[in-house]
Parts: sequence; C-alpha cells; structure tokens
Amino acid sequence: MNSGLSPHGFRAPYDPSRRGFLITIIGAGVMLGYARSGWAAAELLAKEAKAPLSPNELFEPTIWYGIDTNGVVTVNIIRAEMGQHVGTALARIVADELEADWSKVKIVIVDSDPKWGLMITGGSWSVWQSFPVLSRSGAAGRIALIEEGAKLLGVSPRICAARNGAVHTGERSISYGDIVARGDLRRRYTNEQLEKIPIKTPAQRRFIGKAAQALDVPSKVNGSGRYGIDAAVDGMIYARPKIPPTRYDSKVIAIDDSAARRLPGYIKSLGLDDPSGTAPGWVMVYADSFTTANRAADLVKVKWQSGPSAKVSERDLQQRAAELIADPKGGALLVDDSGVDVVFASAKRKIERTYTTATAMHFALEPINALAFEKNDVFEIHTGNQWQSAILPVLAKALGRSQDKIVIRSYLLGGGFGRRLDGDYAVPAALAAKAVGRPVKMVCTREDDMRFDCPRSASAQVLRLAWGDDNRVAAMDHHAAAGWPTATIAPYFQLKDAKGNLYDPFAIQGADHWYTVGAQRVRALHNDLADRTFRSGYLRSVGAGWTSWAVESFMDEAAHEAGVDPVKFRLGLLDGVGRNAGSAPNSVGGAHRQAAVLSRCAQKAGWGSALPKDVGLGIASTFGQERGMPTWVACAARVRVNRINGYVTVEKLTLVIDCGTVIHPDSAEAQVEGAALWGLSLALHEGTEFVKGQPKDTNLDSYRVLRMGDVPEIEVEFLPSTETPVGLGEPATTPVAPAIANAIFAATGARVRHLPIRPQAVLEALARGS
Amino acid sequence: MTTFDLNGRAVSAHSPDDTPLLWVIRDELGLTGTKFGCGIGFCGACTVHVEGRATRSCITPIGAVAGAKVTTIEGLDPQGKHSVQAAWLELQVPQCGYCQPGQIMQAATLLKDFPNPSDRDIDAVMAGSVCRCMTYVRIRTAIKLAAAKMRGGALE
Repeated sequence: MNSGLSPHGFRAPYDPSRRGFLITIIGAGVMLGYARSGWAAAELLAKEAKAPLSPNELFEPTIWYGIDTNGVVTVNIIRAEMGQHVGTALARIVADELEADWSKVKIVIVDSDPKWGLMITGGSWSVWQSFPVLSRSGAAGRIALIEEGAKLLGVSPRICAARNGAVHTGERSISYGDIVARGDLRRRYTNEQLEKIPIKTPAQRRFIGKAAQALDVPSKVNGSGRYGIDAAVDGMIYARPKIPPTRYDSKVIAIDDSAARRLPGYIKSLGLDDPSGTAPGWVMVYADSFTTANRAADLVKVKWQSGPSAKVSERDLQQRAAELIADPKGGALLVDDSGVDVVFASAKRKIERTYTTATAMHFALEPINALAFEKNDVFEIHTGNQWQSAILPVLAKALGRSQDKIVIRSYLLGGGFGRRLDGDYAVPAALAAKAVGRPVKMVCTREDDMRFDCPRSASAQVLRLAWGDDNRVAAMDHHAAAGWPTATIAPYFQLKDAKGNLYDPFAIQGADHWYTVGAQRVRALHNDLADRTFRSGYLRSVGAGWTSWAVESFMDEAAHEAGVDPVKFRLGLLDGVGRNAGSAPNSVGGAHRQAAVLSRCAQKAGWGSALPKDVGLGIASTFGQERGMPTWVACAARVRVNRINGYVTVEKLTLVIDCGTVIHPDSAEAQVEGAALWGLSLALHEGTEFVKGQPKDTNLDSYRVLRMGDVPEIEVEFLPSTETPVGLGEPATTPVAPAIANAIFAATGARVRHLPIRPQAVLEALARGS
Repeated sequence: MTTFDLNGRAVSAHSPDDTPLLWVIRDELGLTGTKFGCGIGFCGACTVHVEGRATRSCITPIGAVAGAKVTTIEGLDPQGKHSVQAAWLELQVPQCGYCQPGQIMQAATLLKDFPNPSDRDIDAVMAGSVCRCMTYVRIRTAIKLAAAKMRGGALE
C-alpha cells in the first residue's frame, strides 16, 4: 500500500524527538511543555546558562499544562469541543502520568496561536495524535515533582512516590501546590532524556480506561455553555448575508434595499470584496438586531450575474462521475498492483457493480456564525472552528493583514461533523466587520447555512472482482469519483501516487481495505464538476462514508455470487498476510483484528439464526478511515422490510469495535452510538440533490434527519486492547449503511445500491428480484 | 413594549411585537441558553415553557406572551438541579450540547403529562427535538431516570 496514504506527517508537530521539554515558572505556578518548534534544547540550555529567562521568554514554549500553588492543574486543549468530550480525554492522559488529583484538574480550550502548532480537530485524530506527547508531558512533570518534593521532605527521591496530587514518603507527604510554592521546579530535558522517560504500563494506569464525568457536561445541562452564536461584544451590530446564486463566480450587479430601509434598526447593505475568493458575490445586510437583519435580508433585492454552475443538477454530478470512471485514464492510483487487467481478461467468473451516494448535508444544529472585530490592531474572530490552521492564512489574504494580527477565539461548537473544518464562514464575517469598521456578528439562518454548506459530495463507484480457476479471489478493481474537499480547503494536504498524480486521501480512504484480494487496483477520481459547483466538505468519516458503503455492499454481493456465507467470505480474505499484516505502533495485528471484530459481531448478533419473514440480518466491517490508524469496526443490522410500501425499519444495530486503548470509556461509547446513528441517518434518511447549482433542501421541512422514534436498539462492545489508542469520532459511521443494505437483501433478496435508501428504491429492487 | 415574566422576574422587551421570543430572550434579555436551530419550529432547540407548556420560541412572537410566565433552561430550577437536569448529568447525555436545553425543557413537560412515560410516549413527545450528535439513546434513558427520580425512586 502507498506508504504516504496515512497523513502521518500531521503528527509531526507533536513529535517529542524533535524538541526539548521545559518546566518553567510563570506567575504563581509552573508550566510544562515542549519547546517551540525550531528551538533546539541545547540552544535553550545555553541561553539559560547565561541569564535566567525573562517571563516573556518563559511564555514562549509550547505549553500543555500548568500547576499553580493550590495544586490546580490546568490543561490547555487545542482541540474543538464539539461533543466528543475531548478535553476530558486529553486531560486524563496528562493526569494519569502526572499522578494528579483529578478533582483539581481543569481544562482550557485555547485560542489560535502559532505556538500550538497544527490546530485541527478532525479525522478522529485528537487522542491518537495527542496521546504520546501528553503522556510524556505528564510523566516528566511527575518526575520533577518527585525530585523536588523529596528535596523539600529531606529524603531521597528513590523512597518517594507520587499519588493523588502529592509526593509521599512513608507517612509524610507534600502536595503539588506546596512543591510549586516552595520548590524550584525549573527543569530542562534533552531529547535523549525525554525519550527515556518511562510511560506507565496499562496495569499502572489510574484514569485511562476508568469512568469519569466529562468536564464539559455540566455547562451543557444548565444553559451556561458558550457557543459561537452566544459571543457578544459591546457595540456590535448584526449581519445576515444574502448568499449568491452560485458558490463561485457570482457578481453583484445591483442592490436594492428600498424596502428594507423602512425597517427601524436597519443599517445598510454592502457587497463584500473578498480578495481570498472564499465568499464571492456576498452581500451583507446590517442591522441593530438579528431579527431586523434577518427580515431586512428578505426585503433586500440583489441582482447577480451568476457563475457557470447555475445550471448544474445532481444528475450532472453523477454523469460526470460516470464519465470519469469510464475513462481508463486520469485520477490517481493509490493501489496499483501489476496483473489486474490480466486476471480480469482471463477470469471465468467475475462480478462488477456500481454504487452511488447522493449529496448529503451537515446540518450542524448551530447555524454557522462568527463575531468579528478589530481590537488593538488584532482582528478577532469569535467562532467555533475545527481547523484554525487552515483558515488563518485565508483570513489573512481576505483581510490583507498578516496571520499574527488575526486570532480565532474558541467557543463550544454546536455540532462539528466536519462542517467546521472548513472555516469559510469566518471570512465573510471578518470582511463584514472590516467594511464597517465596527464589531459585526454574522448569523446565518438555517437556509443560509444549508446553501453555504460544504456538503458530502455525491459519489459514484465501480467495483470489480475476479476469481481464479481455484475459486480464490484473484483480483479486485475499485474506481471512485467524488468531490475532493482537500483540493479546495487545503490543497497542500493532498498526496501523490507513485506517478506523481495528486489525490485527496480523505476522499478515497476506505477503498484501500485490508482484504487480501490478489492483484488490486484503487483509483481515485476528482469530480471536478462537483467542486466547481460547491465546496465539497468533510462529513463524519468523509470518503470512508461512501467507499465503505461500496466495499462492504460489494463483499456481500461477491459472497453471494460465490455461494459463500458473507461472514465466512470476508474472514477468508482477512488473512493478515503481506501488506495486510499490520505494523507497529498503529496497526499491530492488521487484518486479524478486523477479523476479530467481525467474528465477535456475528456471534453477538446471532448470525445464522432463524429470523421472521421479511426480517434480515446484514453485516459489514471496516477499518474506520485510514490504514495508517485503523479503528476496527463491525456492525450487524437487523431490519424489517415492508414489501407493500418499501419502508425499512432498523430494529437493532450491534457494533463491535477495537480502537486500541480506550481512554474515556463513557465518551467512547457515546461516540460509537452517535457515529452509528449518523450512519443510519445517512443510510435511510439524509440526502438531497443539487438543483440549478443549489442544494434542493434547505431546512427540516424537507430535509429528513434521524429523530427519536427512528432509533433502534443499539448494542456496543469494545474488544479489550492495550494497543495504541486510535480514533473513535467517525469510524462507527462507516459500516452501518452497507450492513443495512445487506440486511435488506437478506430479508427480501432485493439489492439496493444507492444512498440514501428510499422506499421507492426498495420497491424497485423488490420488483427486479435480486 | 411587551411585559412578561421571565424565570420569575418581570421583564420588558422593547423589540416590536412580532419579534420572535427566541431573539428577545437571547439578544435583548441576554439569556443565551435557549438556542437557534432551524427558525421554523422543526428542531426544538429553542424550546422554552410558556405557562408551563413546551413552546418553540423561534416562531412565537413576543406579542403572544404578553403577561405570560416564560421559563428558559436558566430558570427551570434555581440551582439547575431539576430532576431532568440531574438525570442528564448522571447519564452524561450531552455531546455537543447545543440541542440539550431544548431537549431538557421538552422532557420536563413530557414528565408532567406522562409521569411514567412509555417508549411510545417518548417517541411521540420528543419527535420534534432533533439531536445531531444522536444522543437519543441516552435521552430516552435519562427521561426514564428523571421519571423515577420524580417518583422518588431509582431507574427501574
């Protein structure tokens, strides 16, 4: 497999081997963290030898946590808090190694600052990326506290132990707060020393894998939690945009606000000039309240010259995808074994299927919004965001100022699901504030939010599989065409195949599966029409959301074609041989771990047992998203199909997961439940279509989402593991839709190959037979 | 000007009579716990109590609540320890949390009408409250736990 597939480079900013570690005094406490990028530890040591660091210099290192004289440990969280309770999980990693008193641990969600390195909350990466750095940070702090505590106790550190926020020796102890107050904790660790700091064995852990209430929950049951939409500053005015008819190339010809001028509180309407090209053709309607801005925007008439995508419909997107797949040239080959075509040319038995998915919307419940203003020569953007590092350079271009003069202030996110990885909404808000020279809070209505969404692109995939003369699977060929979010949002994050062709790894991940299928080819194709019509976005599990739909539906179809039980068929291909063997530290065990979750899931769901008429059990298993950090997931869906009206009821979902070490079990379970139900919602309910360059559905009057009564019984089981903790926010989304489609087939013999699965499609499939 | 009772306090709103209650509560009176989701009364994030009934504040003009008693998440219980809130905390229901004030306000009236709700009661009454994090499983369990707490017992 292409070794460049997994964006392992994203872990680099936290790689302790490239930095020194500092414990420094700041205010009435100490801070602990890695030295800033580019500062060799030796340089720092030399500097300190000459003169003590000034407070300003002390603040320079990247800082992960601090301890004050009361022993309160404050952990800085660079991730967005959007439902995963990530702050709690990360703080518990630190606290475990630090031997902190958990009741004295606090979290702070930090604002954007270059010192934090790459700020992104996506890809289910947070725990996986932060675990090594935060573990070592905690351990280094504990060692220093023991050394200094021992000194203050007048004993050797060898007879001291840290526990529950204090250093103990025999009956005596000294609290961390007292050590901070009375001792000198300044330390400098070289890279070599740091690497030698032992991390706890799993059996020694006190917080990791143990129950705890999440630190962000209390503010979410009493109304005190502050989301971006709650941001306020003195003197701010409100704005609602008029969104142009096409995402690109719309030009404002004329603005007529004569009707709006009659509204008390209406201020004015302005066309935005956006040098970054993020929000071309936007008109901002200003007023002294949101209600007035909202009503005025409905009254303001804008004449636009629209761009070429004004005629694009969903069918055009699918046609373009089909054209791209039909052309053997083009795209990127991220798996490109020799002999694929030879096997297919000579194979007596082969199967080819096409799978498609419709455009799907994020519909994060908090509509996009941002408060922006300039203060002390710095432009402040107050908003919930998942990828500050990607949008800051865009904001710099839009505002015509350097990045160090822009800060994104962090808030809770009223849903992320990938929508807020694209920080595009911050740009019109900032431009709106700049245009009037005062604080502006831009709030989008739901309809604005939907029209400006970066949807999950429609996708089309063709999969082929060939058997050899020995009835073994001998070749597999997978072509996938979709919009590529990374091509627009962060082109520098694209990867290259062996021939140098660029591709968006996030739009194809999942197709490079762990089944051993002989000669294999995976081709990623960029649906350029999609990305000229809208900004395709990252939506919970991204490409794996559609590639897993295809691969796991196809495995089921191939099994039936071969006359083999679908579980047995998959297990036969999950042999863990060759490139599917896995490797340390992230994929130890390889395909064998996928086989394990699949087997357990089948057993747990009662695979093979008799079911009532028109009820079926379907199964699917995936590795989550990325080969480089697989989260092994299996899902069994039990569905009931109404043959009269085509209605599908999911009665039960059974999920088995192996994500390595589980940090915070309660939120881990919640993430799996939430992700699985997203999978269900996308399978049966959620989908729209582009009509004349715009998404057809812009609110809940026509966009159907999963609601309380749609929720099946869910059983979730984590296989015990002490392997590297990987990701959990998205992986459980991936096997649900194919498990449902496979269950529909098991119940009725009807095969559906398009998402979402509408009753009409089920009726048509029933009419076709299998 | 519209005068009404907000969380036990007499308030006067200067916004025009047809202004949605949601924005008066949030922007004029400064209580931001009540959330904006869809603006058409289909998601439930803006749910408050008007005279004890769950009401979608995004489609309720303030003229319609003149003189009425309005309760928001901030006023459901003086200490924020209503049985529903206690159950939500105990079962760690919220994920992103944005819909939860609306869910909690809806659940509180559900339990007034159905002190021992069945799954069908919960499906029916909570159908208008969308949770995009899909915390529905825990919401259902927490409603039953809150019902048990209100009866003075534990979850059955």
